[in-house]
Amino acid sequence: MDPHYQHLYNILAHSQGYIFPNEIDLQWGILIVVYPFITGLVAGAFILASLERVFKVKILKPTYQIALLTALSFLLVATMPLISHLSQPQRAYEIMITPHSSSAMAIFGFVYLWYLMVVLLLEIWFDYRHSMVVWSNEKTGVMKWVYKILTLGVSDISPRTLKWDRKLGYIITVVGIPSAFILHGYVGFIFGSIKANPWWSTPLMPIIFLFSAMVSGISMVMLIYMIISYFRKKTIELNVLDSIGKFLFFVLILDFTLEGLDQIQRIYEAEESFEIIKLLVSSKLYLTLFVSQGLIGTIIPLITLAFLQFYKHQIKLKKTMYFIIGILVLIGVYSMRWNVVIGGQLFSKSFSGFTSFKVGLIGLDGTLMAAFWLLLPFGILAFLLWLLPPWKMVEEDSEE
Amino acid sequence: MKFYIPPQLTRLALAFAIFISLFLVLRHFLVPDTFGQYGHYRGASLIDNALPEIHYAGQEACFECHQDIQDLKAQDVHSSIHCETCHGPGQKHVTSGEAADILKPTGREFCGRCHTMNAARQKNAVFQVDLNKHNIGKNCIECHNPHQPWEMKK
Amino acid sequence: MGNEKIKTSRRKFLKSAGTLAGVTIAFQWLKSSQVLLFATEPKDENLPWYGIVIDIEKCIGCGSCARSCKEENDVPEEPFFFRNWVEQYTVKNDGSVDIVSPNGGIDGFVQRVPDEDIFKSFFVPKMCNHCAKSPCIQVCPVGATYDSPEGVVLIDEKYCIGCRYCVQACPYGCRFIHPVKKVANKCTLCYHRLKKNLAPACMEVCPTGARMYGNLRDKNSDLVKFLKEHTTQVLRPNLNTGAKLYYNALSSEVR
Repeated sequence: MDPHYQHLYNILAHSQGYIFPNEIDLQWGILIVVYPFITGLVAGAFILASLERVFKVKILKPTYQIALLTALSFLLVATMPLISHLSQPQRAYEIMITPHSSSAMAIFGFVYLWYLMVVLLLEIWFDYRHSMVVWSNEKTGVMKWVYKILTLGVSDISPRTLKWDRKLGYIITVVGIPSAFILHGYVGFIFGSIKANPWWSTPLMPIIFLFSAMVSGISMVMLIYMIISYFRKKTIELNVLDSIGKFLFFVLILDFTLEGLDQIQRIYEAEESFEIIKLLVSSKLYLTLFVSQGLIGTIIPLITLAFLQFYKHQIKLKKTMYFIIGILVLIGVYSMRWNVVIGGQLFSKSFSGFTSFKVGLIGLDGTLMAAFWLLLPFGILAFLLWLLPPWKMVEEDSEE
Repeated sequence: MKFYIPPQLTRLALAFAIFISLFLVLRHFLVPDTFGQYGHYRGASLIDNALPEIHYAGQEACFECHQDIQDLKAQDVHSSIHCETCHGPGQKHVTSGEAADILKPTGREFCGRCHTMNAARQKNAVFQVDLNKHNIGKNCIECHNPHQPWEMKK
Repeated sequence: MGNEKIKTSRRKFLKSAGTLAGVTIAFQWLKSSQVLLFATEPKDENLPWYGIVIDIEKCIGCGSCARSCKEENDVPEEPFFFRNWVEQYTVKNDGSVDIVSPNGGIDGFVQRVPDEDIFKSFFVPKMCNHCAKSPCIQVCPVGATYDSPEGVVLIDEKYCIGCRYCVQACPYGCRFIHPVKKVANKCTLCYHRLKKNLAPACMEVCPTGARMYGNLRDKNSDLVKFLKEHTTQVLRPNLNTGAKLYYNALSSEVR
């Protein structure tokens, strides 16, 4: 028998209650869990970078370029889980040429392009342009031409032109903040606008996605900053960590509040779908929701961060604690994506039963593929840090 | 008043202009011809959806050759049932005329699909029989002519 | 000094007037496109506007409809893909509801609950509702699913990218991804048969006349007459899908 059908017979045997016959197989699998996780990291990392640029939080300066390059590395990979998940990936270009204006998913192509080209690439370009011109003059051979091309042939580094670099970079960053909100908010809207699925359908969904995205992005930049400093054998500055930790703490509180509000309202209103959702949460999603997302991903980091915020004395293991918090938060946000995407498909639209989900290891929709898309950005980041090292940039004389 | 345009801005404007023009040109060639004819879809798809072959011929096609069966069926309780409900898709048989190209179902389970006792079946919608008690072991059509079910065969 | 003041105030006035005018015009344009954005209006008055009626009182759960659909429309036999299927609801005396659809009802039904426990029991055939305000059309990112001029919701198999958003958006569970063609698939109301003036396969083979289709615009059609004389309901009316599949004698347990 066709192995795919064998797999479906197994699921059929494990389904509970009544499900519509077509609902046996989950439509959106692990790759669709990975995609919002990745774009969330992009949005979150960018918001952290803009804190330094627009809101002038000076302490975060060492993380500025790291945050931007992290955002770029993840953004470059962001489309791949989507394309590899399509059952007709060779037709993916259709979204760009005939986007259906009533579909949130159709926005994707243009929002992505806008964010990549107008926001992220431009901001990095304006920030690095001076250094790239200098490097193109210093280097020889292939690298000389690489940097020359990257400067788009503009070699003017007079003070007046440099001032425009800063001005334009500032404008782009300001434009970039709502753009980052749209880049990830629309993913939340894709789920939140599906009236057929009561686990997804809520106006809070884009906002919940956005806040958990910010949480994940901030944690990721914090972790990468620590890892890079370790590899470069530089001291990790504690006041930078404390500052990031403070933002992480407040955004995590907001995120927790929003998600809590969504659930409290659902429990209180107890409309038609509540019975099956109650079963979903208490049985199928128990581990991933209460333990992984709730306890590990939210409560423990919150308590630890609160402790670190208010306990003013020196703590030896502070850096380790921040590192662990970062990882726990990322686990929590990944679980949140899992709970939304997979959880929403486990119960039937008949509200009378459940199907089951087993992630395959191999294949275009399997765990290995998902792991590859999650790890690839780190490789890209390493390359970008080699190509555009933040610590070798030309020192600007005048700060704004 | 001298208007200063920073060189990086002009270079960027050029780069974007090239990119956007390339995109528009590519789009012109990629969008299917009939797209947008009737709405946001490929107009030719309506023709594609009308093309598949039919498998069920409809009982009018059966009556063209099998007038006798039609007359028989019209006299009894199966009169409102179309031929292909029991005989399956008939278009192949209509084209080829071969008896092998259409089903001639037998067996208690087959008739039971409609006639088994089931609490969900309204009593006045279909005549129901307990297949576990009624003439076990015998084929239904040994006694009942499917085209004239109440005329018992001898 | 005074001149500058007048200039600024005039500029301010022009600016605000311009903005107001612009916003009003934009709003009008937005408003008109808003109506067309989510509802499909029957365009050609000469074409039929198809609707469907299923009479639950007449359905005997023989499964002929589900069976003939698969044979007519090239759907694999495996019990995982159905353009239409039949459900059996058994409301027990203790108030619980048992719902089954073994192989979509294709092989008929065997009564599982003993008579003495049954409060009431009935069959509900399901199929695509061919919604007038279809959420599946709304969410398709590329325009691969659409409302034909006759009101039949169709799929462009050559254009579908297989993103599965439409499958998620359908509240009735009537869409699936074809395992061989690898694009979205669903009931087409046998569009290829309608175009030849033949009835959809499921309507052709239903032995009790529980299924009807017809032109909602034709006041003299059997369909419209039935709608006039019976109390009919659609599934999930609260979702405002504009479903054109009307059930007679639909009981409150049905989703």
